[in-house]
Amino acid sequence: MAAVTMRLPAVRAPLDSSTPRGGEKHLVAPGDTITTDTGYMRGHGTYVEDDKLIASVAGVVERVNKLVCVRALKARYNGEIGDIVVGRITEVQQKRWKVETNSRLDSVLLLSSINLPGGELRRKSAEDELAMRDYLQEGDLISAEVQSIFSDGAVSLHTRSLKYGKLAQGVLVQVSPSLVKRQKTHFHDLPCGASVILGNNGFIWIYPTPEQKDDEAGGYSTNLEPVPLSDREVISRLRNCIVALVTHKMMLFDTSILYCYEASLPHQIKDILKPEVTEEVVLETRQRLLDLEG
Amino acid sequence: EDLRVDGRGCEDYRCAEVETDVVSNTSGSARVKLVETDILVGIKAEMGTPKLEKPDEGYLEFFVDCSSNSPELEGRGGEELGTDIANTLYRVFSCENSVDLKSLCINPKEHCWVLYVDVLLLECGGNIFDAISIAVKAALFNTRIPKVRVLEDEEGTKEIELSDDPYDCIRLSVDEVPCIVTLSKIGYRHVVDATLQEEACSLASLLISVTSKGAITSMKKVGKGSLDPESIFEMMETGQRVGKSLHIALQKILDEEERLGTSRPKVGFLG
Repeated sequence: MAAVTMRLPAVRAPLDSSTPRGGEKHLVAPGDTITTDTGYMRGHGTYVEDDKLIASVAGVVERVNKLVCVRALKARYNGEIGDIVVGRITEVQQKRWKVETNSRLDSVLLLSSINLPGGELRRKSAEDELAMRDYLQEGDLISAEVQSIFSDGAVSLHTRSLKYGKLAQGVLVQVSPSLVKRQKTHFHDLPCGASVILGNNGFIWIYPTPEQKDDEAGGYSTNLEPVPLSDREVISRLRNCIVALVTHKMMLFDTSILYCYEASLPHQIKDILKPEVTEEVVLETRQRLLDLEG
Repeated sequence: EDLRVDGRGCEDYRCAEVETDVVSNTSGSARVKLVETDILVGIKAEMGTPKLEKPDEGYLEFFVDCSSNSPELEGRGGEELGTDIANTLYRVFSCENSVDLKSLCINPKEHCWVLYVDVLLLECGGNIFDAISIAVKAALFNTRIPKVRVLEDEEGTKEIELSDDPYDCIRLSVDEVPCIVTLSKIGYRHVVDATLQEEACSLASLLISVTSKGAITSMKKVGKGSLDPESIFEMMETGQRVGKSLHIALQKILDEEERLGTSRPKVGFLG
């Protein structure tokens, strides 16, 4: 039976923000004056006009000694060495792949930076170059780590570990990179029955927890068997929870996603996206996170 | 097994927000928001001469603008998509009874009301045809055409007099106005109200325009894939069922909005 819900729009008051932790944040909008003191050096996101330092992006003012910069809240992903990213292959070039990671330039995955199937470690030969498309094609999703950054800002990735590689069945959620909290590990196995990779570039991959860890595969075997309904329900619920947290601009990390999942259990999966249910779930999650902090 | 990525069933719509009378200088307007898809429709009623083959009827003109969407659709880029949508709307409304065109006639062969329907695609988030047809129906429901009287002089010249009362107007009956239901074929099943990602996965879709009584007025297949005749029959049946519940929900919302009248706080674009 089809379910069609329509409603009249209502002005949604923003949820009360909890007391800011770690002091007041200096938020600015484009055109706001940051300071009239000329002793500061201007960093990213600022410009000087009439002896005043003015913000050019909307974000948080950060000050390091004499350097003032504005970190934008909604910006493209800026790579840092050691970040985990989830990306999609856009091009297959001579000795490398171009990966789209929601950054200003496409990231690069060099042929010398991948693990060959079977886990072999050898110099890549000309045959490997010709067989590149057998490993990764356009449209494939991969999880990788940032190895280095080129001078123009493009990020160079590597998949030199068995936990990185081509991603098989799952759901991708694209969020703003600033909402993903930096943690020790970005690969989480949630107790509800699914696993999550929180890419620093804002790409979040939700997939069913694999039964056993196949180490021999080296990250290239794609399991294309149909996923059971119970796993799919968990994954859909997680996806809706993440979307709900993102609409209310909450930081994403394993605990917040887990609390949100538990708060959403009394509702049906498709109801989580309704505005009032989203608010309720996010409020409960926020409350539990505050209680956790003490 | 009837479970999509966002938890909906194959025949469930996303939560829609409908508001009418958002643009003040039009005869009727409506805005429909289907989570990420945002459509604004404005209808202006102007006087014109009837078409030669239908001298005692008014007519509708559709114009679709999608330039505010993304950089690739700015300027001439969005023209192709816009004319495509406009042609589909012409086809959907080409059915005789959808809008009572005879009530739009003022003087046979000389004057009639022409309804210029302008559709603005503010944001494209999948399933634009359904949202556009819902918005057009809501805007037609909201349209108020002023009553005119034709006075005849002794020499035979006709003068048209607009009534002074701004509330003295004719409303259109939208009972027979069809709504488009898009059914996208993904794998072996078909889904209603596809998101952008689901549209990228589907090779073929069927656009069915259904009236509130369940009658199908037009059908169009889009996409580069092929459809089996069996699946077309299934999709038609699903379209009829979904279309009927869509009309019921929309009419309920429009009636509720009408009932609330001026007491409802207007949200418009600042909410």
